[in-house]
Amino acid sequence: MMRFLLLFSRQGKLRLQKWFTPIPEREKKKIIREMTTMVLARQPRSCNFLHWKDLKIIYKRYASLYFCLAIENHENELLALEVIHRYVELLDKYFGNVCELDIIFNFEKAYFILDEFLLGGEIQETSKQIVNRCIESSDMLQERW
Amino acid sequence: MPAVSKGDGMRGLAVFISDIRNCKSKEAEIKRINKELANIRSKFKGDKALDGYSKKKYVCKLLFIFLLGHDIDFGHMEAVNLLSSNKYTEKQIGYLFISVLVNSNSELIRLINNAIKNDLSSRNPTFMCLALHCIANVGSREMAEAFASEIPRILVAGDTMDSVKQSAALCLLRLYKTSPDLVLMGEWTSRVVHLLNDQHMGVVTAAISLITCLSQKNPDEFKTCVSLAVSRLSRIVSSASTDLQDYTYYFVPAPWLSCKLLRLLQCYPPPEDGAVKGRLVECLETILNKAQEPPKSKKVQHSNAKNAILFEAISLIIHYDSEPNLLVRACNQLGQFLQHRETNLRYLALESMCTLASSEFSHEAVKTHIETVINALKTERDVSVRQRAADLLYAMCDRSNAKQIVAEMLSYLETADYSIREEMVLKVAILAEKYAVDYSWYVDTILNLIRIAGDYVSEEVWYRVIQIVINRDDVQGYAAKTVFEALQAPACHENMVKVGGYILGEFGNLIAGDPRSSPLVQFNLLHSKFHLCSVPTRALLLSAYIKFINLFPETKATIQEVLRCDSQIRNSDVELQQRAVEYLKLSSIASTDVLATVLEEMPPFPERESSILAKLKKKKGPGAVSVTELEDSKREGGELNGGGDRGPDTSAMSASNASTPSPSADLLGIRSSAPAGTAPASAGNLLVDVFSEAGPAAPSAAVNDDGFLSSAPPSEDPAPPLSEADELLNKFVCKNNGVLFENQLLQIGIKSEYRQNLGRMYLFYGNKTSVQFASFTTSVSCPGELQSHILSVQLCFSIFRNYQSLKSDFWSTVCKTILNRSKFQNLHPSVIVI
Repeated sequence: MMRFLLLFSRQGKLRLQKWFTPIPEREKKKIIREMTTMVLARQPRSCNFLHWKDLKIIYKRYASLYFCLAIENHENELLALEVIHRYVELLDKYFGNVCELDIIFNFEKAYFILDEFLLGGEIQETSKQIVNRCIESSDMLQERW
Repeated sequence: MPAVSKGDGMRGLAVFISDIRNCKSKEAEIKRINKELANIRSKFKGDKALDGYSKKKYVCKLLFIFLLGHDIDFGHMEAVNLLSSNKYTEKQIGYLFISVLVNSNSELIRLINNAIKNDLSSRNPTFMCLALHCIANVGSREMAEAFASEIPRILVAGDTMDSVKQSAALCLLRLYKTSPDLVLMGEWTSRVVHLLNDQHMGVVTAAISLITCLSQKNPDEFKTCVSLAVSRLSRIVSSASTDLQDYTYYFVPAPWLSCKLLRLLQCYPPPEDGAVKGRLVECLETILNKAQEPPKSKKVQHSNAKNAILFEAISLIIHYDSEPNLLVRACNQLGQFLQHRETNLRYLALESMCTLASSEFSHEAVKTHIETVINALKTERDVSVRQRAADLLYAMCDRSNAKQIVAEMLSYLETADYSIREEMVLKVAILAEKYAVDYSWYVDTILNLIRIAGDYVSEEVWYRVIQIVINRDDVQGYAAKTVFEALQAPACHENMVKVGGYILGEFGNLIAGDPRSSPLVQFNLLHSKFHLCSVPTRALLLSAYIKFINLFPETKATIQEVLRCDSQIRNSDVELQQRAVEYLKLSSIASTDVLATVLEEMPPFPERESSILAKLKKKKGPGAVSVTELEDSKREGGELNGGGDRGPDTSAMSASNASTPSPSADLLGIRSSAPAGTAPASAGNLLVDVFSEAGPAAPSAAVNDDGFLSSAPPSEDPAPPLSEADELLNKFVCKNNGVLFENQLLQIGIKSEYRQNLGRMYLFYGNKTSVQFASFTTSVSCPGELQSHILSVQLCFSIFRNYQSLKSDFWSTVCKTILNRSKFQNLHPSVIVI
C-alpha cells in the first residue's frame, strides 16, 4: 500500500500532498519537512530509493518538480517508480505538456486525476485512456451545466 | 497572466493564486490571505444565498489556502452544502474539501454521510464514484458504520458498472483495514474471488488488492483464488504485447496486474495441485527467460516494468523456497544485476540477495558473488547502495568467509557514513563472536572496532568482549597483552581505556612477568589516561587500581598515594569520592587474605542471549535481520560462557571470621575487625546482621586500652588523638547498633533504641571459639551518677553453644540494660569481662 505522495519544487515548495492514511496535521508537516530535506539532498546519480523509518521512499525528478512516494516495505520499488511515471503521463495527457504552473493553478484537477488513478493507497486503474476519458467526461459535464 | 485552465476556469481562483505567487514576502502573503479569508467569511455569512458557482469558488479558495499550510476553521458547512448540488463539479469540490479537511463534528458527519448515501443510491455511476472516492479517502469509523454493509453489495451486484466496481473494491479495502470488525464476511466473499476472472482488467487490478488483504486475514476462506490467480498470470505472461491493448505498458503486458498476482501468490504456500503448480513453475520460468531476451524498447520505463515483474517473481521463488532449480536461476539473474549499469538495479539486486542468502538452497550460490559485493562496498558512490552491500555481506557470512568479511567490514567502517556506523559496529561484533574459532582473533577484531569507531561502540559490545575474555581462560593472557599494547597509542578512545582498565585489573598479572609490562608500568599507563576520561571510566579505573593493589602488593604505596590525593578523596563526584575513600581504606585495613577474597577474579558469566543481538534487532525493527541462524548457533556457542549458573558474585565480601587474627593482636583485636562498610551481612558478622541501621544518633562509647569500657569523653568534646581502639567506638556517634568489642574469643555487640527520655541498650555476646564457654558471667557496672539513672539491669543468657550454632540461637543471649536517656549522653556503660 502507498502511504503518501508529495510533489515539491526544487525550492521545497509543496505543490501537492496526498495522504492515504489518517495522520494528524502536525505530523504531516513534520513528514513534509523531512522528505523535502532528504530528497533534495540526494546526489544526482544515486538510486531512486531510500529507506525511511519502516517505509521505502521512491522519488523521481521531472523538470522542476520532485515526486516523492512512500510505500510499505513489502511493495515493489520499480513498480512504484512506474506509478509516478504513469501519473505524470496522465497529467501530461490532460494538460498537454504539463508543467509546474499547470499543477499550481489547477491543483484541484491534479487531485481529481489522482483519485481516478489511485484509491485508498492502491492502484485503481492503469489504463491511460480510461482514466483520461473519466476526467474529460467530467469536464464535459462541467461545460454542460 | 495565469495559465489557462481547462474546464470552467474559476477565474477568481486563478487571480487569487497569482496574487499569492506575486507576494514578495511571507508577511505580504499572510496579509493577502487574511484579506481573502475575511472576504469569504463575509460572503458566507451574508444575507444573499450564494449561487453554486460562487460557493464552489470560495470553497476551492479555502482549500488552496489550507494546502498552502494555513489553518482553516470554517467552510465545512458550505462544503457539505455543495455535496447536495446536482452539478458534478460542485459536488466534486465539496467532496475534495471534506476529504482533505476532515472534521469530527458529529452534525457535519451526519450530513456528509447522508449526502454520500444519496449519491450511492442514485443510479448515476459518476456520482457513485465520487461518493466511493470520498469514503476511501476518509475511511472514518462513522463512515464504516454507515456503509460497510452497503459496499460489498455494490461490488458484487451484476448491474454495477466497471468503474464503480473498481472504486467499490478499493473503498471496501480501506474500510476493512481501518475497521475490520465492521466488514463482515458474507456471501459476497465467494463472488469477490471470481472478480479475478473479470473481463475488465481494471476491475481485476482493483479487486486483487482487496483479495490479497482478505487472504492474509482469512487464508482458508479465499484459497480458491490461488488457481484463478495462476491461470490469469500465465495468460498475461504468455500474451503477445498487442493483446492487452491499453494495459500494455511500454511493451510489457499488464505489469501492475502481474506483480499483484505474484504478490497474492506469496500469501499462500506452493499450490498442492500438480497441474496448477506446473503451470506456475512454467510461468516463473518464462519470466526468468524473458529477462535474458534483448529489450524491446530502450526506454527506462520498459526495463523498469519488466524488471519489476522479475523481482516480484524472484520474491515468490524465495518465498516458496522449494524449487532449487529456480532458486539457483534467480540467484544467477541477481548476480548479473549486481554489475548492471543502472544503480537502481544494483540496489535491488543486493537487497534481494540478502533474502536469498538465508535460504539453504541458494546460500552457496550467493557466496560465489562475494568479490562483486566487496567491490560494491568499496566503489559504489551511493551510500544506500553501499549499505545494502554491507547488509548482504552480513547475511552471507559463514564460517568459510567470516574472516574475510569481517576484515572488509572493518575497513569499510573507517570511511563509513556516521548514520550507519553504530549498526555496522553491532554487526561486526556479532559476526566476530559467532564465527570465532580462535578467540584471539575475536579480541583483535573488537579492539580494532573500538579503535576505528570507538564512539559508536555501544556498551553491549564491550561488555560482551569482557564477558568472553573472562569466560575463556585461553585468551586472557592474549587479551591482556593486546590491550596493553593498544593503550600505548597516544590517543586512544575512552572505550579502549574502559576495556583495558578492566582486563588489566583482572589479568594484568599474566603479563607482569615481562619487564616492559611490569605492574608499575601498567599502572602508569592506565593512570596516564585517567584525567582524560569521563566519570564512569574513572570509576572503573579506580576499581582497577584496587585490584592492582591486590595483585601487585609492591604497587600499594604508589596507588595509595594516588587514592589519597585530594582530587580523589575530595572529588566533587559522589561515586568517585566514595570509591577513592573506600578503596583507600580497604587497602589499608584489610589483610592480604581479606583483600584477596574481596578482589577475587571474576567468575565466569552465565550463559544468556547476547545483548548485542537484542540491540541490533531493536535498531532494525522486527523481521529485518535474519537472526534465526544466529540464535541457533548461539546454543552451540554455549561453551563460550563457562558452565555453572553462578550469578554476580557477592560472596566475595566474606566475613572476618574467615580470617584468624594474629596471636600478637591486642586484647581489643581491632585489626581483625570487620572489613569495609560495603560488606553485606555474612556469616561472621552476625551481630551486624542483626542490627538495622535506623534510629537517632547514639552517644559514643569509648573503650580504654585495657579492654574496659571507660568513661572517656564523648565525641562532642575536642577529640584527643584517637587510638585505634576508639575508632571502633566512634561509629556510635551516628549508629545505634554495631560491634562494640571483639577479640579472638568473644565479640560484643550493642543494639540500642531510644524514645523521648527513655533508652534501652542490648548487649550481645558472641562465642567465636568452637568450644563452649563455661561459667560465663557478665556484669554491668555504671560509674558514679550513672547508677542513679539506670532503672534496671537484666542479665540473662542461656547456654552458650559453640560458635557455629550461635547463628540461630543468638537471640537467646541478650543482656538488657535500661537507662535514663537524659543523662545518658555523658555516661558510658562499663562492662567487665571475666
